[in-house]
Amino acid sequence: MAEQSRRDFIGLALGGISTVGGVLALGAMKKSWDPLPSVQSAGFVSVDLSGMNEGEMHTVQWRGKPVFILRKSADTPSNDKRDIRIGEKRFVVLIGLCTHLGCIPSYEASSRTFKCACHGGVFDASGIQTFGPPPRPLDIPPFKCNGETIVLGEEGAEFQKMTKKA
Amino acid sequence: MAQIKKAEGFIDWLDQRLAVKAFMRVMMSEYWIPKNINFLWAMGVVLIALFAVLLVTGLLLLMYYKPDVNLAFDSVNYTIMQEVEYGWLWRHMHGVAASATFLIIYIHLFTAIYYGSYKKGREMIWLTGMVLFVAFSAEAFSGYMLPWGQMSYWAAQVITNLFSGIPVIGDEVVIWIRGDYVVADATLTRFFMLHVVLLPLVILAVIAVHFYSLRFPHVNNQDSVELDFEAEAQKYKEGRIKESRVVPFWPVFLSKDFFVVGFFMTFFFFLVCYHFDFAMDPINFEPANSMKTPAHIYPEWYFLWNYEVLRGFFFDIGGIAAMDIGLIAFVFANVVFFLLPFLDRNAMNTAPAHKRPAFFVWFWLLIVDMIVLTVYGKLPPTGVNAWVGFFAAVVFLGLFIALPFITKLESKGERQ
Amino acid sequence: MRELKILAIVIFFTAVTYWGVEPYAHSQMHPHVAPADFRFKDMEPLHVNGNVDNGKALVEANCLACHGIESVGYAAPMSSEDAAGAYGVVPPDLSHAGVIYAKNYLAGFLKDPVSATKLSHKFNDAKPYAMPSFAFLSDQEIADVVAYLQNIVATKPSDKEVFEEACGRCHSMKYDAWNAKTPIASMKNYLGAEAPDLSMMIRSKKAEYLNTFINEPLKMVEGIAMPRVGLSEASQSQVIAYIEKVGDRKKAERESLGLKLIGFMAIFTLIAYLWKVSIWKRAA
Repeated sequence: MAEQSRRDFIGLALGGISTVGGVLALGAMKKSWDPLPSVQSAGFVSVDLSGMNEGEMHTVQWRGKPVFILRKSADTPSNDKRDIRIGEKRFVVLIGLCTHLGCIPSYEASSRTFKCACHGGVFDASGIQTFGPPPRPLDIPPFKCNGETIVLGEEGAEFQKMTKKA
Repeated sequence: MAQIKKAEGFIDWLDQRLAVKAFMRVMMSEYWIPKNINFLWAMGVVLIALFAVLLVTGLLLLMYYKPDVNLAFDSVNYTIMQEVEYGWLWRHMHGVAASATFLIIYIHLFTAIYYGSYKKGREMIWLTGMVLFVAFSAEAFSGYMLPWGQMSYWAAQVITNLFSGIPVIGDEVVIWIRGDYVVADATLTRFFMLHVVLLPLVILAVIAVHFYSLRFPHVNNQDSVELDFEAEAQKYKEGRIKESRVVPFWPVFLSKDFFVVGFFMTFFFFLVCYHFDFAMDPINFEPANSMKTPAHIYPEWYFLWNYEVLRGFFFDIGGIAAMDIGLIAFVFANVVFFLLPFLDRNAMNTAPAHKRPAFFVWFWLLIVDMIVLTVYGKLPPTGVNAWVGFFAAVVFLGLFIALPFITKLESKGERQ
Repeated sequence: MRELKILAIVIFFTAVTYWGVEPYAHSQMHPHVAPADFRFKDMEPLHVNGNVDNGKALVEANCLACHGIESVGYAAPMSSEDAAGAYGVVPPDLSHAGVIYAKNYLAGFLKDPVSATKLSHKFNDAKPYAMPSFAFLSDQEIADVVAYLQNIVATKPSDKEVFEEACGRCHSMKYDAWNAKTPIASMKNYLGAEAPDLSMMIRSKKAEYLNTFINEPLKMVEGIAMPRVGLSEASQSQVIAYIEKVGDRKKAERESLGLKLIGFMAIFTLIAYLWKVSIWKRAA
């Protein structure tokens, strides 16, 4: 009897330690799939906004993603939660990936909208979705204003204010 | 230990050590297949032929392909397509065979539905078949990324983004799968690993189980007659061949399959050399560009019905976001085929669809609806197209919700 | 008989699906456009015959400050890098201009380069085009220049030479070791876009599309930076032939091997059929 239960215990212990080892190994394998440190610490991008005309849209690349920078023209409706004001000028900075499935919408200057070709999503000039499947407005990347230059990747006071409100 | 004697020849030498004669009997010459079948029963062997093509051409491509975002496109389009002797042939065969495999899988799958070969003891054949369908889908998707063209990139971007729909951890899962914030080098190399090692291993293993699962319930036949396989086999072995209702896998069944395979491969080589755009989208001959989405993006044709179920729901309903409804429908569409044997509430009736009027209508509605979904999955999702897609997606979901009721009514009707 | 009926059903549904996702879907995604116009009807044709000698004098006085004509011994006045720096894009050598470009287009281009190239969305008074307008010349003088350029072409340029002069100033052809004469950075500055490498264009765009596209890019892609180059029908087919030679160099092998493969499989199928019949005669 005692012999029997000791054998059971050793069998269970062997099963238990194998399971623990298996789980730890799976954890290690999961970590191998994580983004590498060099990918995670991708750099900061500074963009000079002083040369932009009203209604002009620029695309810059930040951490492999397109970022839209639009200087709103005077008659474009403003959105206090999303506009960046530098003096009299109003800018919007958006990550240019459709919040539905990540295609790059294109800016249609005539209607002042961003249109996504993949599934027909439409966003207004502030990046708010107005039609189709996108579940939320275009994301705003972390930014910091230095005069008429903005740095993408750094969280400035304006960005923190925006995200707090949202 | 077996008694080892001096061998009478090479076969006998092998037989004493590996029992090859018994093995061949069990696997080939005494593996019994019903006689009353049609060419649709040859699709399994056609798939084996295509899989062999994929495996061999894949090995040749692997010798020159370079899984690196800076090198992949040129290694495919210059080295393989232009420099390597017959490299273009291997690539065209690989691409076209991938597409053709799905055509045959769909024929194979609808044959099983039509002739009721998914139930009454054949559930495991159906389930392992569906696992193969999913494994082949993953294999096709990961392989499509490798040439690193515009469609490779954007298909990867869109499909990996689907995982962001998982509640709470979705966004992290997407980054984890990609190994980067966007589809990038890390994504390419890990999908390369999946495509050339892990998924082929899985597929080979599941194919073995799929075949194994056929042995006990036996192959169905086109009239769903219950056969006493042992008695029929006995007749065959006694020489009452015409009277017996079964034939051996080798050579009788395979002789017909070889003909069907030959017929299909003739057409296959026509596609490979003269008509390959359907399987090798021209847009994918443009190098991947993470800053420019092509004007029209769409998956390969065999994923279109699924894709249309996903995007068919383009407006919010009752406070649920359009994207979430689409994702739920998408998951439903992918799972529901697995459940088919259990959704059919008339499990004992294995008659072919033309002897089951309500099921017959259901079957052809499903075919037509999936073709509509496939076509509208490719068209730009604007105006009327969006609505056609929406209704076709609703019909698709409705058909599967209706199936238990239809088959239940059918079984009630039979009992009276 | 029953099997043929089943085969017909399978083929029918396969064909409908194919038609829907290929010809029909593509016709919806790429609406039909007018065919290529090699007469360049939007520009007034010349009604006078040119004089070669006058043309020579006019070309020497007006063109050689920027352009070279190597076939008659005028070297380009600047290196490619300097020219790209000065003008934004390297000016073409004119050795074969008389045959590469359509006659009517050349005349229209001399009078008004921006509307001939259809680049008014890129160039205006604030941002002038590198090639100045020669609208101050009379029709006769323009005809003279065109006549001279046509006259100096001694030998028909090869497919590759047409490509190099007509396309290769902006576009690279990596798979034939050709680098665009104008550096990428200047291109981007000049037209606001990078000119793509053309190595695989024959597979990504197909000859039929290229034929209408090269003739008038703006008609095919809204707001595109590529100019209408004004190739004559013959030189455009030379360019496409060259693009095909580089991007699809195994085409001939593919098309001849295809017949052999199909033939082989047909014979295999026939023998397999005979074998099947002989076996099933006993079985069924």
